[in-house]
Amino acid sequence: MAELQITDSIDITDAVCPVTFVRAKVALEELEVGDILSIRLNDGEPVQNVPRSIKEEGHKVLRLNDNGDGTYELIVRKEAE
Amino acid sequence: MATDYAALKKGGFMRQRQKNCFSLRLRVVGGNVTAVQLAKIAEVAEQFGDGHVHLTSRQSIEIPFIKLDQIEEVKTALGEGGVEPGVCGPRVRTVTACQGSAVCPSGCIDTYALAKELDERYFARELPHKFKFGITGCQNNCLKSEENDLGIKGGIKVSWRESDCISCGVCEKACRSGAITITDGKVSVEAEKCNFCGRCVKTCPTDAWDQEPGFIVSFGGLFGNHIAKGEPVIPFITDHDTLMRVCDAAIQFFDDNALPSERFKFTIDRVGRDKFEKTIMEAYNNG
Repeated sequence: MAELQITDSIDITDAVCPVTFVRAKVALEELEVGDILSIRLNDGEPVQNVPRSIKEEGHKVLRLNDNGDGTYELIVRKEAE
Repeated sequence: MATDYAALKKGGFMRQRQKNCFSLRLRVVGGNVTAVQLAKIAEVAEQFGDGHVHLTSRQSIEIPFIKLDQIEEVKTALGEGGVEPGVCGPRVRTVTACQGSAVCPSGCIDTYALAKELDERYFARELPHKFKFGITGCQNNCLKSEENDLGIKGGIKVSWRESDCISCGVCEKACRSGAITITDGKVSVEAEKCNFCGRCVKTCPTDAWDQEPGFIVSFGGLFGNHIAKGEPVIPFITDHDTLMRVCDAAIQFFDDNALPSERFKFTIDRVGRDKFEKTIMEAYNNG
């Protein structure tokens, strides 16, 4: 898979649901359509809920990489304002 | 003239400790009551009752302290707000339901639509004893389907769609029954382990699942003097007509075989579980 041009990165491993999603949503709001956001999030509830919630906001989930340390890197593309 | 308590009970009027006072049970389907109905119920409770209502354990509303000689007036008043009396006694009772897929993000089936259909099909049908239907939308089981004579639980039969999958692994994490394994980017679902909860579908960030909603049916549950969990007999049902045939067969089995005041579970136990299962399997298979 081609390398993605990451526009911005956030770390939400210090937050719990639903603040995790809120932080991701706010970060996406600050980007332009087509920009790519990298989100570092925890295993467990965040990884089961945040990707789907972002999809339901109308954005595109491109990848989810397991960092192997109990965290994940979620790569999403902003699709709508 | 002597008071016909059985007739009153059939009409939803439950005798109270207080002389000449009745608690009027209302007809509620799937736990939904409109604002217009609520306003009328409040008005009747103030005018004819003592100003309060009771929420029953099975999603109905009762208006206590209705006087015997005002019963007809009360029924007329309630009718103006689209409210009907419920039933008690040996017949099909309130069909209960959680909010289901129409409202709840976890819901796999439209429980309210199904509750309305079952209510129209069976409500108040005369039987040897009470018969309760309960419908819950998913494995979270907020409505406790297995405590009903016939319980229905929504589920989703899933199949993986490779073209939309990004191999993120969320489904494997979300699955609580260990049915999903991912090998070299390919997702496989072990049918024997899948409990149709649909968590894989609901957490998937790319909608990479084909889904078929359906019903898990349990029979013979009760939660009163005796406590027993309704038991499954048939596999996951994915079509509506099969579900209706199975419900028809179960209720007919009860009607044909039950002794007066015998709950469904005890009829099944007395007549024989094998005989009951045969009846249900026939209804399931004869599409």
